[in-house]
Amino acid sequence: MTTNDSLLHIEDLVLHFRTARGAVQAVDGVNFDLGYKEAVVILGESGCGKTSLAKAILRLLPRNVAKFSGKVYLNGVELMQMSDERFRQQVRWVQMSLVPQAAMNALNPVVRVGDQVAEPIMVHTGVKKNKAIEQARKMFQHVGVPEAFLSRYAFELSGGMRQRAAIAMALVTAPSLIVLDEPTSALDVLTQANIFNVLKRLKQELEISFILITHDIATSSELADRVAVMYAGQIVEESDAFSFFGEPMHPYSRKLLASVPKIRAEQEPEFIVGQPPSLLAVPPGCRFAPRCPARFDKCDQDPPVFKKNGHRVMCWLYE
Amino acid sequence: MTVEKNINTTIQEDALPVSAIADSGDNVLLSIQNLRVWFELRKFGFGHAGYVRAVDGVNFKLHRGEAIGIVGESGCGKSSLMRTILGLHLPTRGEVVFDGTKISEMGTQGLRWYRSQIGYVQQDPYGALPPFMTIQRILEEPLVIHGVKDKEERIRRTHKVFEEVKMTPVEDFLPKYPHMLSGGQQQRVVIARAMILEPKIIVADEPVSMLDASVRVEILKLLRGLQETHELSVIYITHDLSTVRYFSERIFVMYAGNLVEKAGVNQILKNPLHPYTHALIAATSDPDANNALSFKEVPPGEPPSLVTPPSGCRFHPRCSQFMEGVCDVEDPPDFEPEPGHQVACYLYQ
Repeated sequence: MTTNDSLLHIEDLVLHFRTARGAVQAVDGVNFDLGYKEAVVILGESGCGKTSLAKAILRLLPRNVAKFSGKVYLNGVELMQMSDERFRQQVRWVQMSLVPQAAMNALNPVVRVGDQVAEPIMVHTGVKKNKAIEQARKMFQHVGVPEAFLSRYAFELSGGMRQRAAIAMALVTAPSLIVLDEPTSALDVLTQANIFNVLKRLKQELEISFILITHDIATSSELADRVAVMYAGQIVEESDAFSFFGEPMHPYSRKLLASVPKIRAEQEPEFIVGQPPSLLAVPPGCRFAPRCPARFDKCDQDPPVFKKNGHRVMCWLYE
Repeated sequence: MTVEKNINTTIQEDALPVSAIADSGDNVLLSIQNLRVWFELRKFGFGHAGYVRAVDGVNFKLHRGEAIGIVGESGCGKSSLMRTILGLHLPTRGEVVFDGTKISEMGTQGLRWYRSQIGYVQQDPYGALPPFMTIQRILEEPLVIHGVKDKEERIRRTHKVFEEVKMTPVEDFLPKYPHMLSGGQQQRVVIARAMILEPKIIVADEPVSMLDASVRVEILKLLRGLQETHELSVIYITHDLSTVRYFSERIFVMYAGNLVEKAGVNQILKNPLHPYTHALIAATSDPDANNALSFKEVPPGEPPSLVTPPSGCRFHPRCSQFMEGVCDVEDPPDFEPEPGHQVACYLYQ
């Protein structure tokens, strides 16, 4: 895929943080492409750098950044060279927006929900409040929140409704890309299913691409066109969703899928022995090698990305 | 058709052991009888403003060595039920009977003993461990409270329980503070603390919801192993049906303060009877790329308020098989359409 026919093209993205105990290599050389109207799932355990990746894409960075480099193209336009102010005015929430983690708890408790959802349009396009509220009303219809809720406060909404309002807030400026960071992790099963129905419908009705960041493998399959597995700051496997869930290739992906308890098949789940490495001191060579059942001599060297059967996989087994 | 056949054969296979257990009454360790836990709502601090009917008429029996899963959404009353079993709330009506003794008649000393018989594994391990105490002190504290005065004995028991939760080498971990451990290790400490008084029951409230997928299974297998070696009874409270399948013998489905379906794991998963159980199973995903191609069927609306629950069956406003004049009139009693499978739904009258 070239930069021209993909919506988002990321090349060698690096984000390191400075801490008292040394540099945290949260995102370390990530490459991927996202097509138009496509949903990619970034799967990973906590501490693998997946939220940092989202923040790096949206350039929502804390102050202790030690290194931030690479190339990010959105619609063919290079974003990394852009000044922060131009990025804020022209990209963030205009072309791509974020549904942050635990978004339902991030709503302002003393502002009416409708006003909060309308705020991004007022800020970014300068339209008057009446028009912005009208737009917010439309978005509420899209995500399935009754209009009456526009004038309510966050505490009057259930968890699922609040999450929908947060999604409406991300949608309201009609961006072409939405980054969802663990959109359903704190919700009940039925509410989760509802939110995924909403997202699927949005993907069909509006021309939107999604990056879904999650650790929940089972529900991630509800939206995924493609899957990227992240481990210790790197994307270790990336492929089409059918091919991934059918036959994962990287040993970590295999172990990860085997750890999911299945409700429709009798298959005892297994766990992965050991812990992911600390991002403060990443081991040399393949980062999964210390826990890998298929480890061999070559794993002491950094594996490049191999292309096989439509998968891009960072493992010496596929050399 | 093939699926249905499968269902029939498996049910016959597991129907026997479950009903056999249910019949042998002397094997019952904990019995919950018509339990009701209501919380009074007050207006301006003194005016009565109704009740939150968190648990409203729950009956079940827990046998020795058995693991049960209580599945329900947040706000369905499962935590109130658990806290009542732990003796932290008083029942408004009904009884919790432990090993033949009603806990309402135990008295202060009796309750103290009862609490040593029942271990509690909290949901959030980091929040459950005091940050300023070393693991050694955290584990010793229950022993101190329950009168184990000999320091040597306490140390011996902390070592023993720590080996059981597979935190080895023990000496490396005991002097540490909770923040120095990973989430999975913290949860092991919580389990060790629950186990240290050698209880007969472990109550685990969403023990793995805060952990990563790969660690979850490890912790659940650990609990399962402890259950088997110590013949513990386990009450596993969760909202996730897919994990219960592998770690308990029976599943109770809870909705708005009632247990709507009680049956063996395979009975529930292969032949769910209550429309709510159907909905829960349909909404639970397995990792499968085909999921992205279709929408999920979800019952409309949201769980009812526990202050003013709907009349009759509490699920009737959301139920696709609602029968007017039947479901909305009276609370459905438990029907037993097949041995060991109870369901509170008029469809099975």
